[in-house]
Amino acid sequence: MSVRPLPTSGDRAEVVARLRERVAALECRTTRSAGQTVPSTSGLSSVLPLEAGHAYGVDSAFLGLALAAGASRAGEWVGFTGFPDFGAEAAAGLGVALDRTVLVPEPGEHWLEVTAALVDVLRVVVLRPTVRVDAKQAGVLESRLRRRSAVLVVHGGWPRLTASVSLERSLWEGPLDGRGHLERRRGTLVVDRRGRPATRVDVVTTGSEVEVLTPAPAAATPWRRASG
Amino acid sequence: MRVLAVWCPDWPVVAALLEEGLPATAPAAVIKANVVEVCNEEARREGVRRGQRRRDAQGRCPELRLLASAPDRDGRAFEPVLETVEALRPGVAALRPGLLAVRAPGRWFGTEENAAATICEALVETGVWDVRQGVADDLFCAEQAARWADLQGWRVVPAGGAATFLRDLPLQVLEQDPQGREVVGLLRRLGLSSLGDLAGLPAQAVEHRLGAFGSRLRRQARGEDPTSFHARTPPPDLECEVVFEPPLDSVEAVAFSVRRTADRLVEQLAARQLVCTAVRVEACTDDGGASVPTSVRTWLHPRFFSPADLVDRVHWQLSPRATGGVRSRKDAGVVAAPVERVRLVPETVEPAAAHGEGLWGGAGDELVERGVARVQGMVGFEAVRRPVLQGGRTPAARQADVVWGERAVDLRPLDRPWPGRVPGPPPALVFRQPPPSEVVDDAGVGVRVTERGAVTGVPTSFRPPSGGWQPVLSWAGPWPVDEGWWQGAEGRCARFQVVGADGRAWLLRCADDGWTVEAGYD
Repeated sequence: MSVRPLPTSGDRAEVVARLRERVAALECRTTRSAGQTVPSTSGLSSVLPLEAGHAYGVDSAFLGLALAAGASRAGEWVGFTGFPDFGAEAAAGLGVALDRTVLVPEPGEHWLEVTAALVDVLRVVVLRPTVRVDAKQAGVLESRLRRRSAVLVVHGGWPRLTASVSLERSLWEGPLDGRGHLERRRGTLVVDRRGRPATRVDVVTTGSEVEVLTPAPAAATPWRRASG
Repeated sequence: MRVLAVWCPDWPVVAALLEEGLPATAPAAVIKANVVEVCNEEARREGVRRGQRRRDAQGRCPELRLLASAPDRDGRAFEPVLETVEALRPGVAALRPGLLAVRAPGRWFGTEENAAATICEALVETGVWDVRQGVADDLFCAEQAARWADLQGWRVVPAGGAATFLRDLPLQVLEQDPQGREVVGLLRRLGLSSLGDLAGLPAQAVEHRLGAFGSRLRRQARGEDPTSFHARTPPPDLECEVVFEPPLDSVEAVAFSVRRTADRLVEQLAARQLVCTAVRVEACTDDGGASVPTSVRTWLHPRFFSPADLVDRVHWQLSPRATGGVRSRKDAGVVAAPVERVRLVPETVEPAAAHGEGLWGGAGDELVERGVARVQGMVGFEAVRRPVLQGGRTPAARQADVVWGERAVDLRPLDRPWPGRVPGPPPALVFRQPPPSEVVDDAGVGVRVTERGAVTGVPTSFRPPSGGWQPVLSWAGPWPVDEGWWQGAEGRCARFQVVGADGRAWLLRCADDGWTVEAGYD
C-alpha cells in the first residue's frame, strides 16, 4: 500500500476525518454505509425498501424468500437459518441464486452465534427463531447488523422490528373442483412500521414474482426511518 | 537397443470388468458410438467382432455384457501394470493403455527369456491374467512378436532376425489406424500379401507411390523401425504423512500438529502448479502395534484446499460428537483411541491455472467461505448446507441439499420431462417429515383414490398441519404416480392441491397408508 502524505495545511477537522477513514480502511471495516438500501424483489422495493442495518419481520416463508431474492439477484450472498422446510425450487423461482445461498436448517441452541456469524459475511440473513428471543439477544444481533450493514429478516417473534410485512386476505386461485392447478395468489400486503400507519397494497404473487396492483400511497415520498 | 513390449490384449474390456468387479471370463464388449470397439476372447468365440453394430453383437451373443467406452478408465487401470514393470526395470514407456515398451533387461536376469518370465510372473501376481511379451531389435517388431506370443507367454526374436520374423506376417498387422487401413487396401490391390512383399519393394518406388507414411511402413517391415520411445517419468508421490510419538489423544493437538504437514502438501502441489480438489484423510490409531487406518474419509472442496481447509477437515473428521447441539450427526469414522499418524492423500489434483481467480473479484466469496467455516466449527460440518435443484416429480424430490464445502454428486437431471409432476408455482415450504393429514367428503367419509386413479368423493374438509379441521375452498388433482415400486420406493400414490378456507394452499399426498401434507404454498 502506498503512503500518501497528508496535507500539512488545511482544516483540522478534515484531516481528522481523513485519518479516520484511513484507519477504517486498514481495519477492513466494510465500506457499505448505513442508511444504504439493499435491493429487494422488484415488486416489493417500491413498497418496502430494505435499509441496511435493520431487522424486518415477515409472517410467511414466501415473504422471507421474496425479501432475500432481490439482494441475491443483485449478486449478494444470502443465508437462511432455522429453515428445515426450505423450498429450494420456490427460492430459485423468485430469483435466489442457490449457489450463493447458505442454509443452516437446524442451528439448534447455537442459533444466535450462527446468525451473528452469518450476518458478518452475508448481505441478507433470513432467520426463523425456534425459541423466544429476548431484548438482549436482539440487541446483540442488531448492533452486528448495523456494523456490517446487513439486513435481517425474521420469520417469527422479534422484540424490535423496523417494519413487519404480512400478507392478509391471501387467496390462491386456479383450482376449480378438481380441474386446473394453482396459478396465482391475490392478497393484501401490509407493511407495518413502528409509529406510522400501516401501508396496504394489493398484490398478486406467482412462482416468480410479486406484482403490486395498486401503487403505494406514499410512493412519492420515500419512507425514512424516524431518527432514534 | 533391444526392446521388450508387454501387451495385454483387449485391455479396455479387461479394465472395465476389473473396475466393475465382474468376472473376467464372461463375454463382454466395449461399445462406442453403437459399434463394438473391443471385445474379449469369450465374445469372439461367440462370433462378436470389432466394428459390429451393437444389435448384431447382441444377436450373436445374448449374454454379452456391454460396457461403455472410457479411455480414462483404461489408462487408470493400466497404471498398476506400469508400476509393476517399472519396479523391475525402470524406463517404461506407456504407448497406449494395454501396451508398454521398455528397454529389454539385459544381463541382470541372465537371459531375455528369464526377464520376460520374471515380468510375466509379477504381472500375473497383480491380477492381470492375459499378458504377452515380445523381445526384438525395434519397437514394431517387439510389438508384433508380443501379438504372436501365447497367453502368459513370450516370443524372443533374436538380434538381427527381425526381417526374417516379419517376412511371413500378413499385411493386416498394419491396419492399426485408418491411414494404415487405406494403404493396406491399396497394397492388396497391387497384389502384395505379406510384410515380406512390402519389404522387398524398392525404397524409391514406395516413396513415390505411398509417400512418407508408406516408406515408414516399408522400413518397419524390414525390421528397421525408426521409432524410438521416451521413458516416462514416474509420477511424484504427493501424499504427506505425520507421525505422532507418543500418540495424541486430543483432537486439538492433532489439528495443531497437522498444520505443518498440510502446509507442506499444499506447497509441494503449488511447486508443480497444481491444486487439490479432493483429499483423503486417513488417521491411524495405536492399535496393538499394528497401525491400521481406522478413520478414512474423502473430502471434496468446491474450489481447492488451502492448508487451513485441510486442518479443518482433519479436525472435523476426528472430533467426537459434541455435547448437545446438532454437531456432526454422522459419527462414522470417529477415533476414540489415541491417534498415531495422519496421512493426507490428494485424490484429485488439477492444474492451478484452471482455478485461478480473476483480477476483479473473488475476495468476497473467500470472506464468505471463511465465515461459513466458522459456523461449521460451531454447529458441525454437516449442519451447514447448500441447496441445489434436481429433477423429480414432487417438490421434495426436486430439491436436495449438499453439505457446504462438498460437491453435489448423483443428482437427477433437471432437463427431463418428468411426467406426473405437480404443475403450478413451486411451494415455499417443503416438509422434510410430511405431517399426517385427513381428507373427508361431505358425508364425512375419508376420500381415497382408486387403482384406476379415480377420486372416491369430493373433498370438502381437511386437516392442515397446524390447527383443526378446515373446509376445502377449492381443490385440484389428482396427479397419480406409480413410482419405483420395483425398488421399494413410494409406489402408487396421488397428489392434490387443496386451498383451505383461510386462502392458504397445501400439497397433499394420498397413498395406501393415508394422507400426508408434503408441501405448503405459504
